[in-house]
Amino acid sequence: MTENQTGIFSRLKEGLAKSRNHLKEKIDGVLGLKGRIDEESLEELEEILITADVGVRTSMEVISRLRQKVRAEKEYQSQDIKTALKSVLKEMLKEEAEGKQGETDKKVILVVGVNGVGKTTTIGKLANLYKAQGKRVLLAAGDTFRAAAIDQLEVWSKRAGVEMTKHSEGSDPAAVVFDAINAAKARNVDVLICDTAGRLHNKKNLMEELRKVQRVINREMENFDRETYIVLDATTGQNALNQADIFKEVVDITGIILTKLDGTAKGGMVFAIKDQLGIPVKFIGVGEKIDDLQPFDSDQFVDAIID
Amino acid sequence: MAFEGLSEKLQQTFKKLRGKGKLTEKDVKEGMREVKLALLEADVNFLVVKDFVNRVTERAIGSEVMESLTPGQQVVKIVNEQLTELMGGSPSRISFSSKGITKVMLVGLQGAGKTTAAAKLASYFKRHNNKSPLMIACDVYRPAAIKQLQIVGEKAGIPVFTMGDRIRPADIAKAGVSEAEKNGNNVVIIDTAGRLHVDEELMSELEEIKNSVHPDLTLLVVDAMTGQDAVNVADTFNKRVGIDGVVLTKLDGDTRGGAALSVKAVTGKPVMYAGIGEKIEDLEVFYPDRMASRILGMGDVITLIEKAQQSIDQKKALEMEKKLRSQQFTLEDFMEQLKQVKNMGPIDQLMGMIPGLNTAKMGALKVDEKELAHVEAIINSMTPEERRDPSIINGSRRRRIAAGSGTRIQDVNRLLKQFEQTRKLMKQFADMGKRPNKGKLGFPFMK
Repeated sequence: MTENQTGIFSRLKEGLAKSRNHLKEKIDGVLGLKGRIDEESLEELEEILITADVGVRTSMEVISRLRQKVRAEKEYQSQDIKTALKSVLKEMLKEEAEGKQGETDKKVILVVGVNGVGKTTTIGKLANLYKAQGKRVLLAAGDTFRAAAIDQLEVWSKRAGVEMTKHSEGSDPAAVVFDAINAAKARNVDVLICDTAGRLHNKKNLMEELRKVQRVINREMENFDRETYIVLDATTGQNALNQADIFKEVVDITGIILTKLDGTAKGGMVFAIKDQLGIPVKFIGVGEKIDDLQPFDSDQFVDAIID
Repeated sequence: MAFEGLSEKLQQTFKKLRGKGKLTEKDVKEGMREVKLALLEADVNFLVVKDFVNRVTERAIGSEVMESLTPGQQVVKIVNEQLTELMGGSPSRISFSSKGITKVMLVGLQGAGKTTAAAKLASYFKRHNNKSPLMIACDVYRPAAIKQLQIVGEKAGIPVFTMGDRIRPADIAKAGVSEAEKNGNNVVIIDTAGRLHVDEELMSELEEIKNSVHPDLTLLVVDAMTGQDAVNVADTFNKRVGIDGVVLTKLDGDTRGGAALSVKAVTGKPVMYAGIGEKIEDLEVFYPDRMASRILGMGDVITLIEKAQQSIDQKKALEMEKKLRSQQFTLEDFMEQLKQVKNMGPIDQLMGMIPGLNTAKMGALKVDEKELAHVEAIINSMTPEERRDPSIINGSRRRRIAAGSGTRIQDVNRLLKQFEQTRKLMKQFADMGKRPNKGKLGFPFMK
C-alpha cells in the first residue's frame, strides 16, 4: 500500500515480539512434549487464548472448532495442531469482500471510541497515511469536550502536513463536522477525517450527540465513501465487546482500529468482536511514531501472535 | 449472555446451589466453575482466578459448609470473604506529611487517565483535606498534554507548574517542588507522560523523576476496562518504579472491573481512589469491601444508602416509606420520587447498587431531563382518581391522557409500566430500610 510496507510490517512484528515469544513458548510447551494432542492439551490451549483476552466464550468456540479438526484426522502432531489453530483463528477474522458505498473516490471517516484509546493520535497517523498516498486530507476537530484536545489534533495536523477545521472548546461537534464537510467540498478534499470526544458507551446523552454527528455526515456526504471506525485499546479486556456492540447501535461502525499493540497486550478481543458482531479490524497501531499505523492483515496478525 | 452482569451470573450460580439441601464436593466444584467463568469474563487475570477458586474450594469443601443448614449462604459468605480479603478490606487513605509537602506522583499507560486523575485528586485534596495543591506538568511528550493540565487546573482552581516540553521531566519535577515550597503549597501532584511498561527508556525516566523528588506516594493509574494484561502492567510498574497504590479510572462505564482484583493480587498495593465520571468532582475513595460485595451481586448497598441519605429529604422519605408500607404509593408520589432520585445521580448507576436487581431488565427505568418533563405532563393530564389508582386507566382514558399531555399512547403505557416497576423497586427500598443491618439485607438468593 505504501512505499515501505515491509518496514512497517517488521515494526509490527517487532511490536508483537514480546507477546509472541511468550505465547510461542507456552504453546510449544503444551505441544512439544506430547506430540499427540489430547483433551488436556486442548484445555491448556484454551487457557492460552483466554490470557490473550480472546474471552471465555470465544476461546471455547475456537477450541471446539479445533477439536473437530483434530478428531477428523487422527495422530495430529504438534506442528499440525499449530497450523490448525492458526487456520481456525484466521477463518474467524476473515472478511467478506465488500462493495463500495460511494460513487467517488472521496472518503469521509468518522472516528469514535471510549476515552483514552488513542483516537486523536490514530487520526494523526491516518492523515499521514493518506497524505503519503497523495491524497488531500482535512481533519475536523470534533472533540470539543476534552481540555486541549483541539490543540493536540492541531499538532498532529501539522506533523502530517494536512489542513484542519476547528471551533472553540465546548462548541457543538456536529457543527464542527458540518463546517468541515463544507470546507472539504469547497477545497476538493479527498479524505475528511472527523475526530470525536471519547465517551463511555453507557452515557446516553453523549451517545445521542454522536448519533447527530453521524446524521450530519450521512445527509451531507451521501455520495461519499463513508467509514466509521471504532478505536479499541488492545489493553482493554472483554469490555471492548460491549463498546463495539453499543457504538454499533448508534453509529454505522464499518471497522476497528486496534491501538497500542506495541505493549504486551495481545488484543485477542477482536476475535470475539469479529465472531459475534461481524466487525472487521482495518488498521493496527504499533507505536508512537506517525507512521506506526498498519493496514490490518488477519493472516499476518494471527501468524505474528502464534509463531 | 455476554452482557449479563457478573453480579447476576453469580446470583444464578448460588441460586442453583441454594436449591440443594446439602452441598457435595461436586456441587462446590460446579459452583466454582461458574465463579471461575464469571471472574474470567470480568477480566480478572487467569492466574488470579485460578488461585482464588482454589482457595475458595479448599475452604468450601469442608465441614463448614457440610454442616451448614443453607449451603448456598455459606458459599456466598466464603466467596465474599475471600474476595474482600483479596481486594484488601477497608479503604486505604493517604497520610499527609504533617510538615512540608506531600508529593504524589502519577504513573501509567497512555490513555489510562492520568491528567484527568491529577486534577480530580488535587480538587479532592483541596475540598476534603483542606490542602493547597500544586500540579506539576511532566508530560513533555504527548502533544498539548501540558495545556490539558493547565485547562483542567484552571477549572478546578488548582495552580499548575510547567516549564514547557524541552526540559527533562526530573528537572521539571524538582523545580515544581521548589515552586510549591516558595508558594506555600502543601501537596504536589506530578503528572507524568503515559508510557508502555516495556519502554525501557521511559521507565528509566520515571526512576529518574522518582530519585529527584522522592514522592511520598506513587500511584499507578489503571483503566478499569483493562484486560488480562493488567497483571503485566502493574507488576512491571511496581518492580521498576515502585508503586504505593492505584487509582482506578473510568469505573462509571459498564465494565466489570476485574482489573482491580488482578492489580491488587499481583502488586499487593491497594486501590485507593476511583474515577466515576467526567466532572472534576467525580472521584471517590475506593472501598474494597464494597467492590467485593458488588461483584458478588449484593450490590453496593452501603454506597447507595449513603447517596440516598445525602440526596433524599429525610422527612419526605419517611412519608414515602409509610405510604409504601400501606400500599398508598401513587403516581404523584412517583413524580416526587423521580425528582429526588434524579438528584442522586444517573439512575442506571444507582440501579447497579441495588442488590438483586437485574439492571438490564430495568432498562425501561432510565430517566433523563426531557423524559421527566413528559412524565410530568402525562401525570398532570390525569384525573386525581387516576393518579391514586392507575389500574382504572383503560384504553379511552389512555387516549385522553395522551391527547391532553401532547404525548403518544405508547408514552402513557410506558409510564404506567415504569410506575409499576418503580412501585416494586420502592418496595425493595422499604424492605432494606426495615433491616439496616448490613449482613441481614434481603438478598433474593438468601431467603
